[in-house]
Amino acid sequence: MAAEAKIKCSVGLTGNSAVAYAMKQINPDVVAAYPITPSTTIVEEFSGYVADGKVDTEFVTVESEHSAMSACIGASAAGARVMTATSSQGLALMWEMLYIASGMRLPIVMTCVNRALSAPLNIHCDHSDSMGARDSGWIQLYSETVQEAYDNVIQAVRIAEQENILLPVMVCLDGFITSHSIENLCLLDDDVIKKFIGEYKPSQPSLLDVDHPTTYGAVALPDSYMEARRQQAEAMTLSKDVIINAAKDFEKISGRSYGLMEKYRMDDADAAIVILNSAAGTTKVAVDEMRNKGLKVGLLKPRVFRPFPYIEMAEALKNVKVIGVLDRADSYTSFGGPLFTEIRSSLYELDKRPKIINRIFGLGGRDYGVKDSLAVFEELLKIKDMGKIDKVYDYISVRE
Amino acid sequence: MATLKELSEKKELFSGGHRLCSGCGIPPIVRLVLRSTDNPIVVSTATGCLEVGTSIYPYTSWRTPWIHSAFENTAATISGIETAYRALKKRKRLPVDKDIKFVAFGGDGGTYDIGLQALSGALERGHSFLYVCYDNGAYMNTGIQRSSSTPFGANTTTSPAGDMIPGKQEFRKDLTKIVIAHNVPYAAQASPHNWKDLNNKAQKALAINGPTFLNVISPCPLGWYSKPEESIETAKIAVETCFWPLYEVENGILKINYKPKEKKPIEDWLKMQGRFKHIFKPENKWMIEKFQERIDKEWERLLALDGKQV
Ligand SMILES: Cc1ncc(C[n+]2csc(CCOP(=O)(O)OP(=O)(O)O)c2C)c(N)n1
Repeated sequence: MAAEAKIKCSVGLTGNSAVAYAMKQINPDVVAAYPITPSTTIVEEFSGYVADGKVDTEFVTVESEHSAMSACIGASAAGARVMTATSSQGLALMWEMLYIASGMRLPIVMTCVNRALSAPLNIHCDHSDSMGARDSGWIQLYSETVQEAYDNVIQAVRIAEQENILLPVMVCLDGFITSHSIENLCLLDDDVIKKFIGEYKPSQPSLLDVDHPTTYGAVALPDSYMEARRQQAEAMTLSKDVIINAAKDFEKISGRSYGLMEKYRMDDADAAIVILNSAAGTTKVAVDEMRNKGLKVGLLKPRVFRPFPYIEMAEALKNVKVIGVLDRADSYTSFGGPLFTEIRSSLYELDKRPKIINRIFGLGGRDYGVKDSLAVFEELLKIKDMGKIDKVYDYISVRE
Repeated sequence: MATLKELSEKKELFSGGHRLCSGCGIPPIVRLVLRSTDNPIVVSTATGCLEVGTSIYPYTSWRTPWIHSAFENTAATISGIETAYRALKKRKRLPVDKDIKFVAFGGDGGTYDIGLQALSGALERGHSFLYVCYDNGAYMNTGIQRSSSTPFGANTTTSPAGDMIPGKQEFRKDLTKIVIAHNVPYAAQASPHNWKDLNNKAQKALAINGPTFLNVISPCPLGWYSKPEESIETAKIAVETCFWPLYEVENGILKINYKPKEKKPIEDWLKMQGRFKHIFKPENKWMIEKFQERIDKEWERLLALDGKQV
């Protein structure tokens, strides 16, 4: 741990409290938000910080998530550091504005507490909400634990505001499983965070720079639209290094190291599960059990989903014989979920491609336990022995 | 109140060369509103004719900070900007002496219909801004589809005057009344033909610290099938027939700003516009009567409220 680090450890907080606390420490200029389970307590706790004068953020209690993102866009274009939080239907209602935030290159930071989408209505965890927004031009960071959610929110501010990036960032954590569970975590000092994120100085004249009147959100015809999109794509590509560098600096202040993904007992693994967020924790227990029996299995947990780290993913998986990608969302291609199609595509350039299957799990909060991970690992090892796949794409823990 | 000479000497924040149609009511409204304060102004505009006609990259008509983000959210966007202004001022990241005004423009579609929720929210929250609805009575930018502001009987591309249904069968929504129900410090109806009245109202609204609202009738030769050179006259007749009364509600007190000596019959306004051509057919005469009845009733209602707390 670095000498300058001042860390309060063993603080017990829920995921949402940790996010709200990170927001308090960041003390953004403007927060505009609308309540929706399971992200609501972030907004409630933050409004408590405002009411008690613990932050001097201007908090806008908008009348919808569409207006939440619209107000964030207005405030960000006006040169403010802006944050919000939502889940599920709220994110879906924002959909139109997500593209406008990224298209205008506004470094807004939003926490998405992952929850299933209606219908049928369900308030529990899956990743349909943030996965539905995966092509909206937002950087997406996923968090396994309360600690990771806290750390990601802080790093997100730094990443979003980099002058060569200027993209909004979405930090995802699992609804209820992480958002409402108390875990011990280490908190950083306010001053350390302030120094890490720095003061936000917009690189272009903001709307409040009345001496330099600027037009935001112009019409772009076919002769210029594509260039704007190209620049956005370029920023997304460049963001990979920015994310890595932010993580390096973050390690110096926290002692915790982050990258594009976490590899757990992957070194000599024959079979691996790739899985996002809290379910990775469950899977780690299964990995340990299998390893105790001498079975060579491992886990790969992507942290960064946008930009998608194709090269690093292929590198991490190239020696694995069989991969099981577990998706907590389906994209109804009838071939596989969003994480699966990305991973499978990452492997295409390899000379020797591993076998790969996709299992959809945990939709609408359906339990995913160690036994479920073990069953997937057993299936992967069977595929390895038999050399053949029965079903590439399937659902697990479901009544048929 | 400014004289025409004084107004003409003010800095033009909305430049010529825009692509709005000849005879369009929007530019005179915007120019008058922007001239109604000496303070710097930040503008947000809803998707629609004004936005599309003034911001085609790499050109812009706006010599003042301007943003368009989407169709239904110009009130929410301006709330964000105004909030950022307060936040940054508080944190001394903006000069404390800079007193910036915030104006949102939206068409009737972006205000009465898809943007009503965002408008209501922003008014209720009490942001300091002026919302100006330029009401041309239809979704003009996308080809004259009916809105909830489209007058009874009008032929639009989604309420066509057909063999069975002779144009729009519903009366228009009274948005100004809805805004007044928010108990905002200032709300008014205006018309570009009466520039003095419009300027006066915008000036009042912009001097207030709180949410204010102007509903301004905006002739649209393309959508109304009216003569571009008669646009201002069309607006005037809308007022003379009491289709579009000029009134304001200031701190809860309603005041009618103009009472025609002799209320003109609604036919006078309808006959200037091709969108009402079909209702002059003998079999549709009942529509003119129905329209007139409604106007009379609304005007009586307003007269009864004149000078009173509403
Ligand atoms: C969410 C959404 N729905 C529909 C549209 C398409 N659209 C753009 S402008 C417009 C009509 C605007 O009408 P109005 O607000 O009356 O303004 P005007 O065109 O008359 O200036 C419509 C329907 C859109 N841009 N966004």
